[in-house]
Amino acid sequence: MAMLHIVNKSPFEKVTFDSCLGHASAGDSILMIEDAAVGAIDGTVFADKLKAAMADKSVYVLVGDLTARGLSEDRLIDGVKAVDYAGFVDLTVDNEKTQSWL
Amino acid sequence: MKYTIMINEGPYQHQSADSALQFTRALLEKGHEVFRVFFYHDGVNNGTRLSVPPGDDRLIQKEWSELAKEHELDLVICIAAAQRRGLMDADEAKRQGLDADNIIEGFRISGLGQLIEGGIQSDRTIVFGD
Repeated sequence: MAMLHIVNKSPFEKVTFDSCLGHASAGDSILMIEDAAVGAIDGTVFADKLKAAMADKSVYVLVGDLTARGLSEDRLIDGVKAVDYAGFVDLTVDNEKTQSWL
Repeated sequence: MKYTIMINEGPYQHQSADSALQFTRALLEKGHEVFRVFFYHDGVNNGTRLSVPPGDDRLIQKEWSELAKEHELDLVICIAAAQRRGLMDADEAKRQGLDADNIIEGFRISGLGQLIEGGIQSDRTIVFGD
């Protein structure tokens, strides 16, 4: 039973993203929104943690929240998928449960 | 699919108030049904009609109100959270002996049971907050 984990905190500021990675199961999806979008950028101290999670989980970032922070899609970690709000809705349909890591 | 949305943050305080509005719009555009939107904690401030942001800023409360009118949404404000923060409808203001109310059209004040019912009746419950 797949779960969508919605993270909205920067991993450089709060521990909620780490908590999410510690609890998410194989086959789950993780969506970065709001300040969490900065976690999708490659070459940071957090990037390796996210890449490790991507071995058995799908990772997405809300593209509007990424660009609102001055970041472009070409800086994303390989394999992180950029979605818009319509894509966000689809993720909540595809996953039977959602968890907002507030 | 049927959705209940829970919002725990007020407008202009945290991005989650905007995120919730945009997500709800996207849901409706895709043809999903919104069973209820429940405003809790500081989220009750999304329901005041007395906000006056600068002219070039969005008016989040009015956007909810208009969305509710267009799609017949059930926008529910938690009564305990509302009373603490001075959000009143006419009946509640009268009951409390107050001289004014400030709830915007399209919202109603009720209790936490409405959130629980939303969770039971909906396929998905999505939480927005800080």
